[in-house]
Amino acid sequence: MVYLTRIEHFNAAHKLFNPAWSREKNDEVFGKCANDNWHGHNYELYITVKGEPSKETGFVFDVKQLSLIIKEHVIEKIDHRNLNLDVDFLNDKLCSTENLAVGIWNQLQPNLPKEVQLHCIKLYETPRIYVEYFGE
Amino acid sequence: MANKVAVFRREHFNAAHRLYNSQWSDAENSNTFGKCSLPHYHGHNYEMEIKVVGTPDPATGFVMDMKKLSDLVNEQIVERFDHKNLNLDTEEFKQLNPTAENIAIVIFNLLRPHINADFDLYIRLYETPRNFVEYPA
Repeated sequence: MVYLTRIEHFNAAHKLFNPAWSREKNDEVFGKCANDNWHGHNYELYITVKGEPSKETGFVFDVKQLSLIIKEHVIEKIDHRNLNLDVDFLNDKLCSTENLAVGIWNQLQPNLPKEVQLHCIKLYETPRIYVEYFGE
Repeated sequence: MANKVAVFRREHFNAAHRLYNSQWSDAENSNTFGKCSLPHYHGHNYEMEIKVVGTPDPATGFVMDMKKLSDLVNEQIVERFDHKNLNLDTEEFKQLNPTAENIAIVIFNLLRPHINADFDLYIRLYETPRNFVEYPA
């Protein structure tokens, strides 16, 4: 089994805000991340797949194909967008890095060919904050 | 000045913005700024490098106390821009397009009055890890 990682990036606006809560409660829990008019990040996305290298190509998966799948199903939907307002797969979800990583997994999983398994979505919100999701 | 030394302090802030010229139509904005002009904003982790050039003070050995420089950058820049929408939440960019170039100039102008006039000041601003600007050039 070999693990193959492709790194992509996107820039987006968001805010952390629970509409079921009062303004005060949102400010208390999310602090400046709840700013009404959004803030934003340079997100760095590490997508790791795993599989046995093909005897014919030596590849776990054609990384160019992987990149195109990520671009079509993830990057084009979220790059330079407002995660709270513009992204169909985040509708009704809190736009935390955790939920974004799960959403990205769910976007990619059905669009990968059977011979390759999605292993990990690692998503950096800042150079100092990241989450990992393994589909568990 | 003899024995000039450059000292650097790195700070960061996260903000939303869009590139938009209010004198232009939406089509002109879209043609010029592309997805950077999308109406619901996007955002960046901005990284700043503040460079101060001067001669170390013989009494301290410092060009400038880095704690004081850090406090200054936090008071003047980070508190003003961090977790804000540059277009909507800041006075500085109400009328000024918040490109990396303009943000660097604004940062310079906000800091310059608070730094010893004998020292040179330079701002390097990273909008992304791959796009950055410097002012003065």
